Amino acid sequence: MVTNPLTRNIDFSRQPLDLAAYEKSGGYLGLHAIARGLEPADVLDRVKESGLKGRGGAGFPTGLKWSFVPMGEGAPQQKYFVVNADEMEPGTFKDRLLMEGDPHLLIDGMIIASYAIQASKAYIFLRGEYTDSERILRKALAEAYERGYLGKNILDTGFDLDIIMHTSAGRYICGEETALLNALEGKRANPRAKPPFPQVSGLWGKPTIVNNVETICNLPGILAWGIDWYRSLTKGNDHGTKLFGISGKARTPGCWELPLGTPIRELLEVYGGGMRDGLQLKGFLPGGGSTDFMLPEHLDLNLDYDDIAGAGSRLATGTLILLDDKTCPVGMIGNLMTFFSHESCGYCTPCRDGLPWVDEIFREFERGNGTHKDLAILEEHVDYMGPGKTFCALAPGATAPLGSGLRYFREDFERHITEQRCPYKH
Amino acid sequence: MSTMSGQVIASTALPSDYLSDEEIAEIEHERTLYPDTRAVGLEALKIVQKQRGWVSDESLLAVAEYLGLPVAELEGVATFFNLIYRRPVGKNVILYCNSVSCWIMGCDQVREKVSEELGIEFGETSEDGEFTLIPVPCLGDCDRAPVMMVGPDLHRNLDRQDLGELFSRYRNNQD
Repeated sequence: MVTNPLTRNIDFSRQPLDLAAYEKSGGYLGLHAIARGLEPADVLDRVKESGLKGRGGAGFPTGLKWSFVPMGEGAPQQKYFVVNADEMEPGTFKDRLLMEGDPHLLIDGMIIASYAIQASKAYIFLRGEYTDSERILRKALAEAYERGYLGKNILDTGFDLDIIMHTSAGRYICGEETALLNALEGKRANPRAKPPFPQVSGLWGKPTIVNNVETICNLPGILAWGIDWYRSLTKGNDHGTKLFGISGKARTPGCWELPLGTPIRELLEVYGGGMRDGLQLKGFLPGGGSTDFMLPEHLDLNLDYDDIAGAGSRLATGTLILLDDKTCPVGMIGNLMTFFSHESCGYCTPCRDGLPWVDEIFREFERGNGTHKDLAILEEHVDYMGPGKTFCALAPGATAPLGSGLRYFREDFERHITEQRCPYKH
Repeated sequence: MSTMSGQVIASTALPSDYLSDEEIAEIEHERTLYPDTRAVGLEALKIVQKQRGWVSDESLLAVAEYLGLPVAELEGVATFFNLIYRRPVGKNVILYCNSVSCWIMGCDQVREKVSEELGIEFGETSEDGEFTLIPVPCLGDCDRAPVMMVGPDLHRNLDRQDLGELFSRYRNNQD
């Protein structure tokens, strides 16, 4: 029984599996099921039943997302499927691993998803800096075309699919799906107003599904080995496995596929090897730079969407960033604010004006000029840029580490003010 | 004559063969992949940049004219994205990750060594024209931080690297 469907073929000591080897390992079974008569609606039902949730950060149920695409004769003929491979969430390094480790798994999943919504064109929106991913995926795409798994009338199903590689010119906001669509259309990547949602009116006004790389890589297994198998993988409430990562000062940082519901402590201590000698864990971001801090007291929670939400944060990308007791929390949050400030698309005022202001205040703290009034201004911005007050989720994402950091590491902010310097610098 | 009309004349005075055959072939290929010319605009800028290193005013105008896109709109796109360079860059662009995981692992200290080695700060090009140093958001290899790219190549665990040796490999590469 396969227990690691996402990474079972990944071995960086050799080249990724080519199409023949991938197929021999149990790949493209979904496509063959489609060729034997599996209907798009069947695929949708299976994905819905699997309980798969989006792995890009938001955790939205994948089947439900697909179900909003208008299907049938009255629906627009042209539909699009888009892979969000624009991995740029700070501290997130999981999609690269999948694309460079097992490129056919992504293509396999893309065919399944495109078939389910009857999209004849799919784009891979790839981080421009991921040059190795591009090379590896292009090679795998060429193989899939040659084998007749892409192109016209795939395996006599009457289904056509072209996959087009698009390398991004680079902006974090492109991870937001409507901004990504604008970028694909060659426009400035400002997010769009919703509704209409992309499922109804997306790329060039046509129904479009945007899914994250890891989400798509779950699909081949679901079709090959079934719902019961998929639902049995988990240790918790959510289904399947997920890639979990650790960066920061652990002994053995890395990225591993584990069942959802694995205790955080197990990830950190067994896989990450615990903290480096002489360091204590002070806190961590559980799913990239736009999640709320969690504390050592949360280590016995499980890596599960609800458990993490219960602690006031989000599982999001599942890549933990560790804050140790010798690293300045104010500096760490300041680094994140510089990032968010730079990556704001500038469209709405709270984000465009608020983030640079917050960033500048952090620089003042760094210089030893922080005041209590500054602290109050930071507190206010957690609210000004919070959920519901901005056009998209970028600035609210920034308020996650900011607000939780102000709450959990208050003493460190205070020390910067009273000592008029960063107490972590010697 | 106003400056503005002077610029218009300059734009129309571009030689009609400004874009190379190779560039045009690549742009035409991109045209087959997107149903709308506007989408090709950004791709064309990337193509021109690949050939010429950066996107000059002349290149921007040539692309806009070739595709029939408004210049201002294309400029808006060109200046939005991190990886379109509207100023000349060195032979090797260094994309230096300064996001949070690299920061925790000491990227600021390593960056000082990089600057010392090359004599440049962020946004600058070395005197020999070999290197331009630019900060970049998270490069997605955080378990091997700090990391940077030099041209198309990713370099990991920079705190353990001999930077002088690393850069000299690029200096000596005359392709």
